[in-house]
Amino acid sequence: MKIRFNRDYLLSLIAVILGLIAGAILMIVTNNNPFEGYNYLFRGGTMNMQRIGNTIATATPLIFAGLSVTFAFRTGLFNIGASGQMLIGGLCATAIALNVSLPKILLLPLMIIVAFIAGGLWGSIAGFLKAKFNVHEVVATIMLNWIAYWTVYYMVPLYLKAEFLETESRRIPSEASLRIEWLRDFFDGSYINLGIVLAIIVAIIVAFILDKTTLGYELKAVGYNRTAAETAGIDVNRNIMLSMGIAGGLAGLAGLSLYAGIATNMQIGVLPMQGFDGIAVSLLGANSPLGVFFAAIFFGLLHSGKGFMTAMTGIPPEIADTIIATIIYFAATSVVVDRFLENRRKRRETK
Amino acid sequence: MEYVVEMLKIRKEFPGVVACDDITLQLAKGEIHALLGENGAGKSTLMSILFGLYQPDRGTIKIRGKEEKIANPNVANDLKIGMVHQHFKLVHNFTVTENIILGIEQKKGIVVDRKGASKKIKELSVQYGLNVEPDSLISNISVGMQQRVEILKMLYRDAEVLIFDEPTAVLTPQEVQELMRIMKDLIKEGKSIILITHKLKEIKAVADRCTIIRRGQYVGTVDVKETSTEKMAEMMVGRKISFGIEKKEATPGENALEIRNLSVKNKVGVMGLKEFSLDVKCGEIVGIAGVDGNGQGELASALIGLQKSESGEIFLRNKEISGLSIRERIENRVSHISDDRQKYGLILEYTLDENLILKKYYREPYSIKGMLNYDEIHRYGEKIIEDFDIRAGRGGETTVRSMSGGNQQKLVVGREIDSNPDLLIAVQPTRGLDVGAIEYIHKRLIEQRDKGRAVLMISLELDEILGLSDRVAVINNGELVGIVNAKETNEAEIGLMMTGIKRGEADEDQIQ
Ligand SMILES: Nc1ncnc2c1ncn2[C@@H]1O[C@H](COP(=O)(O)OP(=O)(O)OP(=O)(O)O)[C@@H](O)[C@H]1O
Ligand SMILES: [Mg+2]
Repeated sequence: MKIRFNRDYLLSLIAVILGLIAGAILMIVTNNNPFEGYNYLFRGGTMNMQRIGNTIATATPLIFAGLSVTFAFRTGLFNIGASGQMLIGGLCATAIALNVSLPKILLLPLMIIVAFIAGGLWGSIAGFLKAKFNVHEVVATIMLNWIAYWTVYYMVPLYLKAEFLETESRRIPSEASLRIEWLRDFFDGSYINLGIVLAIIVAIIVAFILDKTTLGYELKAVGYNRTAAETAGIDVNRNIMLSMGIAGGLAGLAGLSLYAGIATNMQIGVLPMQGFDGIAVSLLGANSPLGVFFAAIFFGLLHSGKGFMTAMTGIPPEIADTIIATIIYFAATSVVVDRFLENRRKRRETK
Repeated sequence: MEYVVEMLKIRKEFPGVVACDDITLQLAKGEIHALLGENGAGKSTLMSILFGLYQPDRGTIKIRGKEEKIANPNVANDLKIGMVHQHFKLVHNFTVTENIILGIEQKKGIVVDRKGASKKIKELSVQYGLNVEPDSLISNISVGMQQRVEILKMLYRDAEVLIFDEPTAVLTPQEVQELMRIMKDLIKEGKSIILITHKLKEIKAVADRCTIIRRGQYVGTVDVKETSTEKMAEMMVGRKISFGIEKKEATPGENALEIRNLSVKNKVGVMGLKEFSLDVKCGEIVGIAGVDGNGQGELASALIGLQKSESGEIFLRNKEISGLSIRERIENRVSHISDDRQKYGLILEYTLDENLILKKYYREPYSIKGMLNYDEIHRYGEKIIEDFDIRAGRGGETTVRSMSGGNQQKLVVGREIDSNPDLLIAVQPTRGLDVGAIEYIHKRLIEQRDKGRAVLMISLELDEILGLSDRVAVINNGELVGIVNAKETNEAEIGLMMTGIKRGEADEDQIQ
């Protein structure tokens, strides 16, 4: 178990390096100096407290989304629906934020619970369809993404709309925001918020559930070998629904951290990209909560640094996106790298 | 003697175990060479080395007299070495042809030339009497057929050295006969074969010479004709083995299991088990004899709850259980040893310890309030490993996937017997086990019986059925043909009943 663990991380690291090399080549091709480019990219994400705060803030929804994908994946399910679950979780949390007046210390926990439950219910629809009618979860979650998209499109203008703008909700009051003053001040006015604290706690809880509890034992058993799990008396359908439910809940929290943490309201007509990036984060993080955490921070760094890089060098911001895409590609094809390493090791052994 | 393959002083170490230690094996051209050894002795490892899947730590391999480094299976391929693995490596939703050409597709322009390949496969199939249909899907053909696909895969690649890793463990006795014939045909065509099997009878029937290894070490190579099976078994285990099954007279009590008119549909939706009735008493072993695929699978599935029955009743200690879930049945102390351990019995990615608690992880002391208690799980693992002599490199922490086939089986058997069942359903309980382990498992099954537990054993091995059972129920085409006392019958009679002829009818038929 331990050995495998390290090996997975090594593969992820190689994927990252290959991605960076590919990015460097692109920079050279476009007549830029890659050292300069990476220097600014890195500094853009870490130069001062404010930028570090922004990097962490950008990473926060990615951590939740990555955990969501990872959780489902450990049960053998592919959750492409984190985006939709984020929308529903965010929508319900925003509805609470705009309609319930409570002191912050009570309102935030309420919003967290509501976002988790709403996203969870949305996710378990796909789980239910899979368990009862054997509808593939990829199909179901993609469709649910669009249903969520249109639900937000319909609900926000109808019930939560801003005074003049039809296309977005009212701004949530500061009691309902995950942002808090002293944290913002500490990070020099960055939009970092309590979401990161929640993300760390949740990542630990997820790791704990997967590794130490009977629930995790069941979920993983179903993921590895459904038939054997069923034969051993494990209720496979219940586990599928539960897994999708928890995955959906985690994505719901991603929605909360996006709409009540980074943003201050919800816009209609946007499917949050973080839901899809969560797949990449999970892949790069080798489907382990700790790995997800670091992968998300890394992606957050790329996202928040690319603006600075562009401003300072004229390297188009698409380069950063290309790097991300390349890394995803290498992480996804890490089997090939794995083979390569294995062969090299063997060759060295025979010598 | 001219050798096609020589493996000299081969050593291979895995973390915690020396799988092969100075093993030498020399395969003469045109011979069938058996490789015999206990579970975990290192047979599969040795053959994987020859096939290029592992690199030896030490030792040399000569192919046709020339020293070679077999870095990967492609090199083995080029050296005309082919292998049928213990656990098949076929893609289930591919056709026979697609599976065979996988990796070496001949192209016609840019498309794969399926037609040409299919034709060549057909020809090979006819040449060796394999009867394989190139266009069927793997998932639709029997295990015996799948194995022939693996054989064709080797022949398609023009292999001359054929390695069979426990080919007969998954076959019915009829299929075994067929395979032996095929192997003899292959020899006639100039191939050389290495055969791994735990069945001494099979070695006697086809092999010319036999190399014996014990716990990774070379014991010797013998001429099969001149060596008795007892001698070979002794060389392999290092002690005398009793082949006869010794047991006391059974003292059956009341009915533990009553099956009444049970009907169960099979995979394709037809009745696979029809109006089947049978009692199993406490303190007896009832064996189900029959040709594979005559309803045994449906019977076992319905008893453990994996499949719903269409009609009929199942009583366990006078309690109707056919409506209960799988877990409820387990909690009513029904144990089950499956004939397909990797599909139904094990989570290969989990460790040995984790697999042992697969049916009781949620109970104390293995978990407390939803939290796994790894200390206790580990302690339990050590006990079972000790009790059932399971050999694994890193003890309870070993990932089951890396364990040898026979030791995986011991794990399953140990788990199921240790749960102290009222009813133990044992389907092919000794599949893939060496003679020493078989002897041991048989003893444990009889011990269960003597403790007053009911054992329902389904096996394709008539020896096992006759030796172990107190009563034998013969099944044919999903129906019960008859029940006979094991002591008052013999292989011939059971064999006849397996074809559907009822007891007593046989003579009349002959008179007519
Ligand atoms: N990949 C691996 N990693 C670690 N240990 C291994 C690996 N493969 C095999 N082993 C160990 O090496 C030993 C020999 O295993 P091998 O599979 O060769 O046995 P075998 O003779 O084929 O047994 P069986 O008859 O049960 O199939 C066993 O102790 C097994 O646990
Ligand atoms: Mg083996």
